[in-house]
Amino acid sequence: MKTLNSDNQQLFDKEIAGDDYYYLRSCIRQNFFPGAEKVFLDILTQKLGRKIIDDEHHTTCSGIGYHTDIVPFDTFQAIIARQFALMKEKGAVNAVVSCITSFGGYHEVLETWKEFPEEKRKAQENLKKATGRDFDVPKNIAHACDIIYKYRHEIARLAPYKLVNTHTGEPLRVVDHVGCHYAKIFPDKAVGGAEKTTVLTAMIEAWGGQPVNYPERRHCCGFGFRHYLVKPNRSYSISNARKKFESMQPYRPDLILTNCPGCNMFLDRWQYALAQIEGKTYSDDKNGIPVLSYEELAGLLLGYDPWHIGLQMHQVDLEPLLKRMGIAYSAEAKYRNAKGIPMTPPKFTGCLE
Amino acid sequence: MKMVVQQLADDVRLKEGMNACMNCGICTAVCPAAEYFEYDPRSIVVAVQSGNEEKIQQLLTSDTIWMCGQCMSCKTRCPRSNCPGIIINVLRKVSQATGAFVQSRLGRQQYLIMKTIGANLLRYGYCIHPSAVDIQNHPEQGPVWEWVYSNREEVYERLGANLDREGPGAMRKIATNDLLELAVIFEQSGGTVLWQSIETHSKNKAIELGLVDSQGNPCMDLYTNYLLNEDPEF
Repeated sequence: MKTLNSDNQQLFDKEIAGDDYYYLRSCIRQNFFPGAEKVFLDILTQKLGRKIIDDEHHTTCSGIGYHTDIVPFDTFQAIIARQFALMKEKGAVNAVVSCITSFGGYHEVLETWKEFPEEKRKAQENLKKATGRDFDVPKNIAHACDIIYKYRHEIARLAPYKLVNTHTGEPLRVVDHVGCHYAKIFPDKAVGGAEKTTVLTAMIEAWGGQPVNYPERRHCCGFGFRHYLVKPNRSYSISNARKKFESMQPYRPDLILTNCPGCNMFLDRWQYALAQIEGKTYSDDKNGIPVLSYEELAGLLLGYDPWHIGLQMHQVDLEPLLKRMGIAYSAEAKYRNAKGIPMTPPKFTGCLE
Repeated sequence: MKMVVQQLADDVRLKEGMNACMNCGICTAVCPAAEYFEYDPRSIVVAVQSGNEEKIQQLLTSDTIWMCGQCMSCKTRCPRSNCPGIIINVLRKVSQATGAFVQSRLGRQQYLIMKTIGANLLRYGYCIHPSAVDIQNHPEQGPVWEWVYSNREEVYERLGANLDREGPGAMRKIATNDLLELAVIFEQSGGTVLWQSIETHSKNKAIELGLVDSQGNPCMDLYTNYLLNEDPEF
């Protein structure tokens, strides 16, 4: 008989390009976790020896505007067509998308173009008239987590650290959260499909941790687009996040691992907000359950300085996890600027003072 | 003016999103919004499928169509490959094009989103920018974000980002030519028309609510404040 903790997820693979990528940044990830994007590029180029273009000319895909309905579908298609045109101009055919909303959006547009070629012609015409540019459809579109998933074993071989509690020798217990638009709209575009969180659990296993199942594993983080972005609507967002935390708490996770920039931020911030409202945390301490994205975790395991990859931007403090994993770090260097000058630290970290 | 049924049908996403709903209700069972609101995506799909002009008109003026959180969990579960979430996008589009959105509290909020996310899009080239996530409007972001926000030049520099500067990198300044292309795409592909519709209908609503200046012109600061403090009807 299987226990609730056992992870028997089948691998559902998709084609993931192996090299020569074009990076499409995420509005939310750049904003809240700029170090995560930086370490992703660094791992790819410096540790794995792959090539990736970081083109300053691409913009937002406007996906948040599209899903809040202030960007029409025609405009969304034309903006995505512009990103593809920039790729073409650089000779790139393999897109790597940092954002989950964008990832779903690119596939929505491409599937529409397959089914309704007149929509593609309209996007071509709109783009040409607006910018003079032409585009080709990329050969391969991967989410950035797909790339880390693809090279997870290579990363494990290079990593000086593991997802193990160095005090007990036990694997760390990791719950995962896969962003809705990674797989729920087009399951065949995702590693593991819509039902399985393989893209993250395979990393956890390759890196020595224990994936832990929980009932609301596939529930939304609660972003809800207009429900978070309009201040009076935010109770929708926090209520959904609360449902997830209540569901994972009995399994006493050491870490929440995410693949979506927004989810990474919300699962971090809403723990703080809920603690301020309800006076409780979902961990055994006042800190809360640490939250990391796949690039942040890969970076940590590969020995990057946690403060160079931006882990001080998380509200739930990562220091307890670093100690548990035996990762060397300087607490004193946490709040220093680029010149090494100490900055006044935040009023407090974690969920409760 | 076309019937709203035809306006919905003109959008290819309706063909993508609706394939003979059998009314099973799995979309409602799995929907986070249905758990939070009095919201039933099943009945919305049934109403749209019926082609009943009156029922669809009611939807366009209601709070209901604005309750969906766009997670698209409904798409995964539907045994007929319908996507209520995308049908919602089409309803919202027509609601904004016809001005019906200002008749509901949640619909009226489109003005707020246009003025925040929409403004960020064309000003920065990003949907979100650190300077727009201000502490007063985002207390849920906590003291660490307050620290980031207050010291953002130093913090982003430390992390190798390129905040508001030229060249590649995280939160780089999007070049003027690139921003201009984005603006022309908006103009060319209907984005500007949509925003004009939101603006015009919102101003008319402000006048209807008496939120005007001494000359009788709509006062959109008052309207914004009204939207932020408007209570739901129970």
